[in-house]
Amino acid sequence: MSAAPNLGQAINGGCDDRPIAIEVQHIVKRYGDFEAVKDVNFCVHDGEIFGLLGPNGAGKSTLIRMMTTLIPVTAGKAIVGGHNVAKEPDEVRRMIGVIPQALTSDQDLTVGENLLIYAKLYGVPRGIREKSIADVLEAVDLTKWRDAQTKTLSGGMRRRLEIARGLVHNPKIFFLDEPTTGLDPVSRIAVWEMLNNLKTTRHLTMLITTHYMDEADKLCDRIAIVDHGKLVALGTPVELKNSVAGANVVEVHFDRETEEWQGRLEALEGVTSVQPESSGFYRVITKSGSKTTMQIVELAASLGESLTSLSVQNTTLDDVFIHYTGRQLRDEQVKPVFTMPPRPGAQP
Amino acid sequence: MNRMYAIIEREMRKFFRSPTLMIMSLMLPILQLIIIGNAFGGKIVGTHVAVVDHDHGPQALKVREAFDAIAVNIKTFTTVDYGNEVQAREDVRTGKIDAAVIIPEQYSRRVYTDNAPKLGFVVDNSDLFTSASLEGEMQSLVDALNDPTVKDRLDKAIALEIVELYPYVNYLKYLLPMTVALAMYISVMIGGGMLYIDDKARGVHEGYLVTPITKLELVFGLNIAGAIKATLSGLSIGIIGSLIAGLGVVFHPMIMLQMFCLIVAGSIAFNGMMFLLMVRVDDPLVPRAMFGVLNVLLLYPSGAMYPTVSFPKWMQAMSVIDPFTYAIHGFKSILLKDGGWIAIRFDLAFLTIFGIATLLIATPLFKRTL
Ligand SMILES: Nc1ncnc2c1ncn2[C@@H]1O[C@H](COP(=O)(O)OP(=O)(O)OP(=O)(O)O)[C@@H](O)[C@H]1O
Ligand SMILES: [Mg+2]
Repeated sequence: MSAAPNLGQAINGGCDDRPIAIEVQHIVKRYGDFEAVKDVNFCVHDGEIFGLLGPNGAGKSTLIRMMTTLIPVTAGKAIVGGHNVAKEPDEVRRMIGVIPQALTSDQDLTVGENLLIYAKLYGVPRGIREKSIADVLEAVDLTKWRDAQTKTLSGGMRRRLEIARGLVHNPKIFFLDEPTTGLDPVSRIAVWEMLNNLKTTRHLTMLITTHYMDEADKLCDRIAIVDHGKLVALGTPVELKNSVAGANVVEVHFDRETEEWQGRLEALEGVTSVQPESSGFYRVITKSGSKTTMQIVELAASLGESLTSLSVQNTTLDDVFIHYTGRQLRDEQVKPVFTMPPRPGAQP
Repeated sequence: MNRMYAIIEREMRKFFRSPTLMIMSLMLPILQLIIIGNAFGGKIVGTHVAVVDHDHGPQALKVREAFDAIAVNIKTFTTVDYGNEVQAREDVRTGKIDAAVIIPEQYSRRVYTDNAPKLGFVVDNSDLFTSASLEGEMQSLVDALNDPTVKDRLDKAIALEIVELYPYVNYLKYLLPMTVALAMYISVMIGGGMLYIDDKARGVHEGYLVTPITKLELVFGLNIAGAIKATLSGLSIGIIGSLIAGLGVVFHPMIMLQMFCLIVAGSIAFNGMMFLLMVRVDDPLVPRAMFGVLNVLLLYPSGAMYPTVSFPKWMQAMSVIDPFTYAIHGFKSILLKDGGWIAIRFDLAFLTIFGIATLLIATPLFKRTL
């Protein structure tokens, strides 16, 4: 698939005949003169996990806040669960569960108390309150911690408590703003698995925001890339990667760093860009991974230099992001967050 | 309605779970009661007064005997003999002694000849309390010395006979009404001001706002919880303070009931005022900065420490709309005078109406969105 259809899809929001849980049409949010969200369109289908991917300040939280009735919409409209958020906010609120970006559970209360208060706020009938709380605790694997003070929980457990809190009234649509930010890799994977399970057992539609490429890739059925308040691409992870035609990444580590490597690599046929990563280590974006690999080996041999490592990566969402926004998401982030290990199966 | 109770339940559970708010709202008023009560309320004793006797006559001896009587009985001061007037003045100035009495030459003779006898009194008037107390003591001493010679005029002299309406009110008791009001104020300031804005900043309200709770349920939930906390603080201080000040209110059910009603009305008023002030605030620094300013603006014009009649007009105007004024008036009426319902009915009415009015103004200002 080429780039064009996806961009086209981004503009009409990827809506098709499937049942729709969330529909956002020409939505705009202005703070004074500043346009935080600019004419965004998309549809989220029933039962999918939909990801909004973008760097800090892209407008992800602003979008979620409009969809969850937290801030007024400047222009356009959002229809959630069949109700317009501007006209029937209470109907919307009854159908949705929301996990805000910040951890907001009460530290002074126990896990069970936090859930109880929210069950009451959501008007869960007295008769089924107990069962609902027990069920969500089970679902996020916190049953044993029910009577623990929230302040004694680890970050990952608190995140799970927040997830439980958002589910205590059995919503149909679940909004999660950066659900794994601040978690260690193991806890993140645990949260992904949990969300995947919840999706099937509770028949949930989920909209999550993230700035983690791997999270969007592994967890989401479809992804919308947001940048500077605009939706720049939309599709399944595979569609998005395929749309960035021929972009392979070759990572090469030379034994010896010389100033000439950059120029020599750029001169190779099919190479579109070369990014120095560290001493002697380069990330080469090329139209053909296999061809460039060969050329690099030959180049090194002809100069009598040797290589420490050489690897080809398939297209990643990183590359997709660069393609659509013209820059790397990682440039705006704390570096380690986005340093991904080489994919299993990547050819040497 | 159930959602409103959920908000109250959350606040109360937090309140009892972490006693910080309770302790903080009780500590300052109690300390103030004890420290200020004892600092201002006590009598001046044990000061030192120099006596410089240039006369050495029989009348001078009489003065010195009177001084000795004071040293033994009231103990306001003891005397120290000085031979040198210059040295005595210098020692008052440097604070070595608190005052000096100069008995001039020819003092005895002037007394006998009715030739305007004078005693010199040097006092350090930069210390208002000590100098006032010593001056008072000296004046009554001089009056006593004059006594035999003015006897014939006594019948014509106008005398002020002081009738104290209520049993002796010491400073600790006098401060108690302010202390109770202050406890309620601090509870509202921390619980309704700071914690409320902190919750907002932390995103706790964001959590509420995505639930189907209505604006009224949220506003009333927060305010009822705030008023309950202030009431608990006020009652605790009322009881602890009465015991410290030696008032037996605790043993009079009717006074306790009146006290309770006033505290509830006062809590509603304070809380409503705080909610109105904070309803559009997002910055957690604001309530912290306002704490002291509001304290001065509300407490001092209220007549808690000084009577409102002594204020300039603009301050009296402030005291008219200041809920502290009515809370303190009410507490004084029942704690110090046992004035009954009649004495506090206007205070009760004002506080309740003030609380409801501020809440009515604040509610439309409260945003149901972020
Ligand atoms: N209340 C506000 N007033 C003015 N500008 C705002 C307000 N809230 C957000 N913005 C601006 O809108 C833009 C989008 O912010 P938003 O919080 O939606 O970004 P985000 O994609 O969620 O970023 P992050 O990954 O950091 O959470 C930012 O530039 C931000 O400064
Ligand atoms: Mg955000």
